[in-house]
Amino acid sequence: MATIAIEQPRQRRSADAARGAKRVGLVLVGLAVFWGLWEAYRWIGESLGITWPFTVDEVNMPHIHEMLSAFTKPLQPGGPTLLHYEWHWALFTAKEAVVGFLLGGAIGFGLAVLLAHSRILRRGLLPYIVISQTVPILAVAPMVVVGLGSKGVEPWVSVSVIAAYLTFFPVAVNTLRGLLSPDPRSLELMRSYAAGRNDVLWKLRLPASLPFVFTALKISATACVIGAIIGETPASIQDGLGGAIVNFNQYYSTAPERLWATNIVCAVLGLVFFAIIVIAERLVLRRAPEHFA
Amino acid sequence: MLGILAWQGLVAAFHVQEFLLPKPTVIARTFWDERGMLWDAGIYTFKEALGGFALGSGLGIIVALLFAAYAPLGTAFMPFAVAANAIPIIAFAPIMNDWFGLLNPFSKMAIAAVLCFFPVLITTLRGLTSVDPRAIELMRSYAANRRTVFRRVRIPASLPHMFAGLKIASVLSMIGAIVGEYFGGPTTALGVTILNASAYTNFPVAWAGIVLASAFGILFYSAVALAERLTTSWDPSRRDFRTE
Amino acid sequence: MNESQPAVSITGVSKQFKAGVTALTGIDLDVRPREFVSLIGPSGCGKSTLLRIIGDLIEPSEGTVEVNGKPAHRARLDHDYGIVFQEAVLYDWRTVSKNIALPLELLKWSREKRSARVSEMIDLVELEGFEDHHPWQLSGGMQQRVAIARALSFDPALLLMDEPFGALDEMTRERMNLELLRIWDASGSTIVFVTHSIPEAVFLSTRVVVMSARPGRVAAIVEVDLPQPRTGRTREEPRFFELVTEVRERLAAGGADLVGAEAEVEAS
Repeated sequence: MATIAIEQPRQRRSADAARGAKRVGLVLVGLAVFWGLWEAYRWIGESLGITWPFTVDEVNMPHIHEMLSAFTKPLQPGGPTLLHYEWHWALFTAKEAVVGFLLGGAIGFGLAVLLAHSRILRRGLLPYIVISQTVPILAVAPMVVVGLGSKGVEPWVSVSVIAAYLTFFPVAVNTLRGLLSPDPRSLELMRSYAAGRNDVLWKLRLPASLPFVFTALKISATACVIGAIIGETPASIQDGLGGAIVNFNQYYSTAPERLWATNIVCAVLGLVFFAIIVIAERLVLRRAPEHFA
Repeated sequence: MLGILAWQGLVAAFHVQEFLLPKPTVIARTFWDERGMLWDAGIYTFKEALGGFALGSGLGIIVALLFAAYAPLGTAFMPFAVAANAIPIIAFAPIMNDWFGLLNPFSKMAIAAVLCFFPVLITTLRGLTSVDPRAIELMRSYAANRRTVFRRVRIPASLPHMFAGLKIASVLSMIGAIVGEYFGGPTTALGVTILNASAYTNFPVAWAGIVLASAFGILFYSAVALAERLTTSWDPSRRDFRTE
Repeated sequence: MNESQPAVSITGVSKQFKAGVTALTGIDLDVRPREFVSLIGPSGCGKSTLLRIIGDLIEPSEGTVEVNGKPAHRARLDHDYGIVFQEAVLYDWRTVSKNIALPLELLKWSREKRSARVSEMIDLVELEGFEDHHPWQLSGGMQQRVAIARALSFDPALLLMDEPFGALDEMTRERMNLELLRIWDASGSTIVFVTHSIPEAVFLSTRVVVMSARPGRVAAIVEVDLPQPRTGRTREEPRFFELVTEVRERLAAGGADLVGAEAEVEAS
């Protein structure tokens, strides 16, 4: 009498693994293509003496293998390698980003839960929340760091505040959207069970909001890293990637590959943050396949 | 309005030090005193943002159209675009300055362009490829060829998504231009003005500059939103949600 | 539960909506325990509204509703009924078992009691083997079975059903009808069932309440004296056709637009 189910759960796992392997392969191919294009452009550019849009020479376009080997060379004669330094700078920046992420995420989430339950608060506060985002926080970064610094706040905390500011808006807005997403039928069902507001929140609204929350977290993860790096630059915080960028930029003409190497580390940091959220999403969300990106 | 009054009150009440958060009246007065310099700087930077927006968004749309027309290319590239969006592209601003010259506005335009490219590409491509298959089947039943289907179904359907991307890009382009200038630029630029003012603890000027930057950002965003409303008034999926 | 006391007692109920629309007027209806009563009528006659009034999901403008001898509001708070909608309304993030357990969690049942009851319900709706599946992995008919299991999980005396099989194809629908009758017999509950389908109403019910077009009134009540238990064969009996015709005529008399059907019947 039972009708055949549309999918069997067991098969999906091996299909997922195959898809993952294909993805990794694609990434490697992509990187290889990029490497090839870079070197090709450099070679053509130097041979033809291209000067527009920018002059192609060893300062503007170091070889990719030079950028990579720069990691293995010491920063100062006889000292630790660049990789050693980059690792510590990356951790420092990552710490700022993570603190900001958690702080902004918590505030955004809490705010969303509050607003989901009160139409009055929603109408009152939402405009301000939207307006708060029109302030280009990255533009305000220098003053936040200097200002809080004069109050005795450590620079990295100010940077975390900037990262938190960038996080709280996407999280608040998307979580709110998710909390309000259940359709009237689901709410009627809850009413038929005489379920109180708390039960409706924990059993219906929160689980329903998770896909939306993860969308926001993906945006926020990236924004936090960006905020942390940029936040470090005006105050030239020496311990992080932002400071390293400013320093290496000063000596660009003598050692361009170091700036590029640092940029690669920034890119990797951003990707790692993003990947963590994506993996977390896969693990936490058990939804219909079409819900994933 | 209420917010500005609250700001004035709070600053006075807590004796917040002048350099942290000047009173709105102080900012307004500074704005008036320095309006010539500030406005010129604002326009200079806005031109960079606009140029970058046009370049980046234009390229993003073109590439999206390409990828939508040749599906395998699109599905292969999409993960890269999403990943590239996760890279702190702004960290490449110093390199742009080195390539194109610190004082050359194109260096900031390039940053803004790269910032705009990926969001516009991703959203537009998503819009072009998420058409209801039945709408396409209908066109096929009219013996419409691929190009006609593309023109009459996919492109109109993709407009809401594209505009979502353009709105993001409008905000990003302004931020990209200003932050790019933080890494170096001519003193006629708004970002440099703000940075220098901060460095010399001339916070009223710095805040005035920020207010101006915000104003340009809001203006730009509103212009895109207006264009969207004019061209997609038919779209039933636009909800009453102000941030959209 | 007192056998002589009606399971549902509706007295003088009417409902006007804000837009000036009168959905129901002067509804008087009693449902006896263990009955299977269908509400049938043209679109807009208020049958779904009436169902929701019984469930205290909508308040009547006038009149009273008693369920199990209590006011409907009290009955809802006491969890005296379960409800099944046309859409299964299952939670994607819960497995079949956890979906069925949802009301039990809200009632704060212990884990052992919950899992024991869930197994019972899975057996009842014949979904063994699908306990750990997710809703999107199931067909429409299976999803509705989960919804029914969930509605009955806390053993309510009354089951309210709002066109639960409306989204299913005809064959699945007929199968589900038999399923439902089996479940009704096994659980001993009273069922109030809203439907658009005349054959379905006659097949399932002990009584069919025919409602008129807006504003909704009780146009007629048809006693269905077909023998129990009903089987697939029941649909082929002459008495079945007679009853279907009677319901159809009452519907037309009540203002349902069945002119085309009437003309066909005349011609044959």
